[in-house]
Amino acid sequence: MIAEAGLAALWLAAALALLQLILVGIGLAGQRSELLGAVRPVAVAQGLLVVTAFISLITLFIRSDMSVLLVATNSHSMKPWLYKFAGTWGNHEGSMLLWVAVMGAAGAAVALFERALRRDTHMATLGGQAAISLGFYAFLLFASNPFTRVDPPAADGQGLNPLLQDPGLAFHPPTLYLGYVGLSVAFSFAVGALLTRQVDAAFAGAMRPWVLAAWIFLTLGITAGSYWAYYELGWGGWWFWDPVENASLMPWLAATALLHSVTVLATRDALRAWTVMLAVIAFSMSMVGTFLVRSGILTSVHAFAVDPERGTFILVLLGLYIGGAFALFGWRVGAVREGAPFELVSRETMLVVNNLLLSVILGLVLIGTLYPLMTEAFGHKVSVGAPYFDRIAGPIALILMIVMAVGPLTRWRRDRLVDVSPRLAIPAVIALVVAATLATIAWGRIGVLPFFGLTIALAVGAASVAPLWKRNLRRTPLFTWGMVIAHLGCAVSLAGMACDSAFTVEKLAAVRPGDIVEAADWKLRLIQIAPVAGDNWTALQADMEVSRGGGSPVSLHPQSRFFASPPTTTTEAALLTRWNGQLYVVLGQEGNDGRWQLRVWWKPFVTLIWFGGALIALGGLLALLGRERRGWLLKWRARALAA
Amino acid sequence: MKAKHQRLILALVAVLALVGAGLLAASALRDEAAYFYAPADVRAKGFEAGKAIRLGGMVVKGSLTRAADGVTIHFEVTDGKATVPAVFKGIAPDLFKEGSGVVAEGAFDSMGTFVATNLLAKHDERYMPRELEGLRYDEETREMKAER
Repeated sequence: MIAEAGLAALWLAAALALLQLILVGIGLAGQRSELLGAVRPVAVAQGLLVVTAFISLITLFIRSDMSVLLVATNSHSMKPWLYKFAGTWGNHEGSMLLWVAVMGAAGAAVALFERALRRDTHMATLGGQAAISLGFYAFLLFASNPFTRVDPPAADGQGLNPLLQDPGLAFHPPTLYLGYVGLSVAFSFAVGALLTRQVDAAFAGAMRPWVLAAWIFLTLGITAGSYWAYYELGWGGWWFWDPVENASLMPWLAATALLHSVTVLATRDALRAWTVMLAVIAFSMSMVGTFLVRSGILTSVHAFAVDPERGTFILVLLGLYIGGAFALFGWRVGAVREGAPFELVSRETMLVVNNLLLSVILGLVLIGTLYPLMTEAFGHKVSVGAPYFDRIAGPIALILMIVMAVGPLTRWRRDRLVDVSPRLAIPAVIALVVAATLATIAWGRIGVLPFFGLTIALAVGAASVAPLWKRNLRRTPLFTWGMVIAHLGCAVSLAGMACDSAFTVEKLAAVRPGDIVEAADWKLRLIQIAPVAGDNWTALQADMEVSRGGGSPVSLHPQSRFFASPPTTTTEAALLTRWNGQLYVVLGQEGNDGRWQLRVWWKPFVTLIWFGGALIALGGLLALLGRERRGWLLKWRARALAA
Repeated sequence: MKAKHQRLILALVAVLALVGAGLLAASALRDEAAYFYAPADVRAKGFEAGKAIRLGGMVVKGSLTRAADGVTIHFEVTDGKATVPAVFKGIAPDLFKEGSGVVAEGAFDSMGTFVATNLLAKHDERYMPRELEGLRYDEETREMKAER
């Protein structure tokens, strides 16, 4: 019954989305504006129903209801509870249902809580949300029904891909989806504002919290995904330039640009058309990402659902929404007059440069990701990999970091070079000192990019806290703190990346129990290799003792893990985190002579990469709280008085 | 500066930036697009020692040996038309086996041996590197065959 109830809820939600779209259409078109009064309740009901459908699917997974096809093909009754739960979205249909559920909930939230927008723009926005949702409802109901039954029920499930059986990956997709869907709200705002010709500072103020929230989730999702790939795949790298990774990076780049331009629009009323266009592009990138991941059209280590029919469906949706939005943009852009002017040397200019550089990186990543598709249409098989991306995205990202350091130190509207230069003196001195020190101790041993990366990271780190200089820290607005912390986070991440690529020490060895491996100043002793068992896996586990200098030894247990269903082996690296780096140990295979392969990395300051990511997200959160707190307080107070 | 002029300059700068990006991408792609090689490409066009590429094919049955240090492996990669010797120092992925598909990242040395720095094998039983689509290994003749 649960499956049928879930399906019914999904159909009802789809019907309500259609109703919502029609109400908005007729209501805004002319006389019957009283119809608009029904839009908000309908949006709320639609959100409740689609969330109900999603909860039904979770229930089916937790109960291991093998009469449901999706559960039978993606779950297993012996699986730990957490992965039954998270397995709900560890597959194509479930993750698409998660997408619409988040979208429905976001639509309900826009209907309930949005107060800053003008009423007609608000209604048009809800219409836009309904239009996007409808496409995904159709996709689910006609091409990817998650509630399909099997008769007779399967004896037991086929299990979840063991690589996905990891707490990090269990919560990574929902985080990313919250980001993607948050961008759909920004998209709807842009469409709504274009329809009602209301692109101004007030509109930007209303859109910004949604962009910020989406951006925070994307940042967290990408950071978590990077760390997962680092420890779960056992290859010791933190970015792969895989199409699926790029699929989350591209919306993030667009959202970062949008975040900055919407701030310019909200505070200075400039960059109107540009901001609206970025909102359209940001969501388009989420859609392109979804298309790449869901269609299986590109090589990826983690693409699933290789199904041309679904790929075509998403491609059609993609064309409809992006094409429609750009057509609307072209039609209405004349109505969006450019706002306040600014001088060449000003914070606006720095933000424009930031936007351009982000767009260029976005374009280059997009070209690199899609290029294999384009050439394959002409019969050539090529793959574009790390050398391409590193070579072009790396240097531009470093320039972007410099702009990021200078931007907050310039004034809005008009500044003078002679006034800006002294503010940059301290970071510049730091950069020179770091560059000189690095050149003396490590010239020739570290590459050009790590060299500049580390130099720029330290200078940018200093520059990003400079806006707090001589300020009363208790009175500094949360928004400024947020900006400072997010920019500092970028510097911290960059420092981590540079240190990892410049100073990592790697040691490969084949050892017998009792042997000692030395790497950097670590001593690792293999005690024994023994079998161990978990809930739904068995493993060969190395028992190791590691120590540094005269320090007391610590135990490490790298594993080679076997899952029976589906039959897969995974490498479970052992990580030891210290303040100045991470020791990373991977157990390989046993040779004919009884020696085991061991791969050991000492990665100085590698953890800064993800710590920086967390700082960036924290900065976003502070900015969100800082800007919105006053508004929320006023609203709550008003409501409390009214009650 | 008038708002109209400013808008014009902004638009021009944006167009310039995008054209620049396009040119940059095109030049980088021209260098890196030959990034993926099959052994037959190597035989036909030769190789450029030291250039980072991906080599894809099947691991020839019986070619996989482990050197005395226990961590270096030697193997041969074939696409049915040509065969290339390869060496890898490190821990091979779990699904890297003889007769299985592999994409190796690395570069040729001056002797024509492919020195892999990274091996990408099938990620799970279902995944096959897209570059290798349509190839399979014939158990009887011990040769690579193109499907269909």
